Amino acid sequence: MNYRLLPIVLLATFGLAVAAETGTATRAPNAQPEIDFPLDAPAPDGRRPGGTITHEFTPPKLQDDENKDVRRERNYPEQPPTIPHSIRGYHVDINGNKCLACHSRANSSKAQAPMISITHYTDRDGQTLAAVAPRRYFCTQCHVPQQDVKPLVENNFQNIDVLLQHELPQDRQ
Amino acid sequence: MKALRALLKRYWTVLRRPSVHYSLGTLTLGGFVAGIIFWGGFNTALEVTNTEAFCISCHEMEANVYAEMKETIHYSNRSGVRATCPDCHVPHQWTDKIARKMQASKEVWGKIFGTINTREKFLDKRRELAEHEWARLKANDSLECRNCHAFDYMDFTRQSPRAAQFHSTALAAGEATCIDCHKGIAHKLPDMRGVPGW
Ligand code: HEC
Ligand code: HEC
Ligand code: HEC
Ligand code: HEC
Ligand code: HEC
Repeated sequence: MNYRLLPIVLLATFGLAVAAETGTATRAPNAQPEIDFPLDAPAPDGRRPGGTITHEFTPPKLQDDENKDVRRERNYPEQPPTIPHSIRGYHVDINGNKCLACHSRANSSKAQAPMISITHYTDRDGQTLAAVAPRRYFCTQCHVPQQDVKPLVENNFQNIDVLLQHELPQDRQ
Repeated sequence: MKALRALLKRYWTVLRRPSVHYSLGTLTLGGFVAGIIFWGGFNTALEVTNTEAFCISCHEMEANVYAEMKETIHYSNRSGVRATCPDCHVPHQWTDKIARKMQASKEVWGKIFGTINTREKFLDKRRELAEHEWARLKANDSLECRNCHAFDYMDFTRQSPRAAQFHSTALAAGEATCIDCHKGIAHKLPDMRGVPGW
């Protein structure tokens, strides 16, 4: 009869042992703290060069989204194009999707907006659906408006044309 | 019961008896002054109920539509011009205003008897409430919007190309009015299934 309790007793003992071990480990009197930063550690250079963790900078001013309605170049064909217009106050939620009021198949001609391409109607199994695929519903996951500001981090991206140019053998130039 | 009847009867006779002590002039003037006071009081009451503070003194409004409006351009913008609830929801013309107020009494009824006393009940009713507003703005050609945004003074060259394109075509031709294209500018939207254009 009592053998039934054995596993539980064993488990409890084991648990106690584990607990005791970590207990002693953290409570060891002369354990060194692993990180030894002063409170004011230097912040990584990049977004806020020169600052420390506690240093407060005045944040840059908020800018309006660029709203020129001119479609921008894409850096590679699979890039989700950036949004060339303001999307302030557009609701995209369970109740409705303002973007589709102009970009869906049915509405794009009225709005003279580019229709969301076929990829937006295709689910992950390659099935083309009647309406926008759920995985493409939240447009701003991939498409974002742009602001005319100095980039925070420098970027030396080169597109494929530039790269190919470099690849060309010198003698053929 | 009998005493009450007697009392009422006494007042009735007083009311019916022609005046002895006051001249007709005094009475007329008195009536006039009293009229002004009542009218003023009525209009003051109207004014009080026509402020945003009144609208959001009701918890349902404050926690739902007001909270949502705070994020929008009609609450905070660079020029500091604000639209308050009555700016968009109460007509300026007197007859229209009274009509809207009588309609609103029904909403106060709803408040007192708890038709919409939780966020869930509000969301359930939202489509219906929104449709009332859409229908109203559609019927009056978005009068409330136009009280602030006059089409005649819109400078298309200062608008974004997209805005100018729509305003100079469908809006200018009268095919559509503000609310047809600008739903949900002040609050979150209800379920939009089946709404034309969505
Ligand atoms: C009132 C109609 C309208 C609405 C609403 C709208 N768009 Fe657009 N969109 C346009 C038009 C028109 C263009 C074409 C360029 C232009 O005029 O801005 C465009 C262009 C774009 C482009 C660029 C396409 C390309 O090939 O470069 C993207 C991306 C885009 N919109 C995304 C969105 C997203 C995301 C939303 C919702 C948050 C949205 N749009 C809402 C009308 C609209
Ligand atoms: C998972 C990321 C993703 C989501 C979500 C998404 N898109 Fe895209 N979109 C893309 C990519 C990638 C492209 C470019 C390649 C292509 O057409 O598939 C694109 C292209 C577009 C284009 C240009 C089409 C053309 O033929 O020029 C428009 C307009 C657009 N998307 C609008 C939308 C709208 C509106 C939504 C929301 C309903 C949306 N997208 C959601 C990734 C996305
Ligand atoms: C009390 C005056 C007032 C009323 C009433 C009013 N608006 Fe506005 N509206 C404003 C102001 C002020 C702005 C912000 C101007 C700015 O600073 O850019 C604005 C901005 C807008 C914008 C631009 C939004 C953006 O993101 O740029 C739209 C669209 C708009 N209103 C539509 C409407 C519609 C539709 C109605 C009627 C339901 C309406 N307005 C009623 C005062 C008003
Ligand atoms: C046929 C559709 C349509 C109608 C009708 C319409 N608008 Fe617009 N409006 C737009 C579009 C599209 C935009 C640009 C994108 C956006 O802000 O949503 C816009 C933008 C605006 C803006 C911002 C201007 C800017 O440069 O961004 C204001 C303010 C505005 N509308 C007010 C009104 C008012 C007031 C009315 C009624 C008198 C009205 N609109 C009627 C489609 C319409
Ligand atoms: C700029 C105009 C504007 C202002 C300001 C405004 N509303 Fe609205 N309201 C609307 C429009 C338009 C609708 C119709 C639904 C929609 O398109 O969002 C609406 C709908 C509503 C509804 C119906 C439910 C719903 O969300 O659709 C309620 C309730 C409401 N408003 C209350 C208020 C209160 C309270 C305030 C003040 C805090 C307020 N509104 C300020 C324009 C406005």
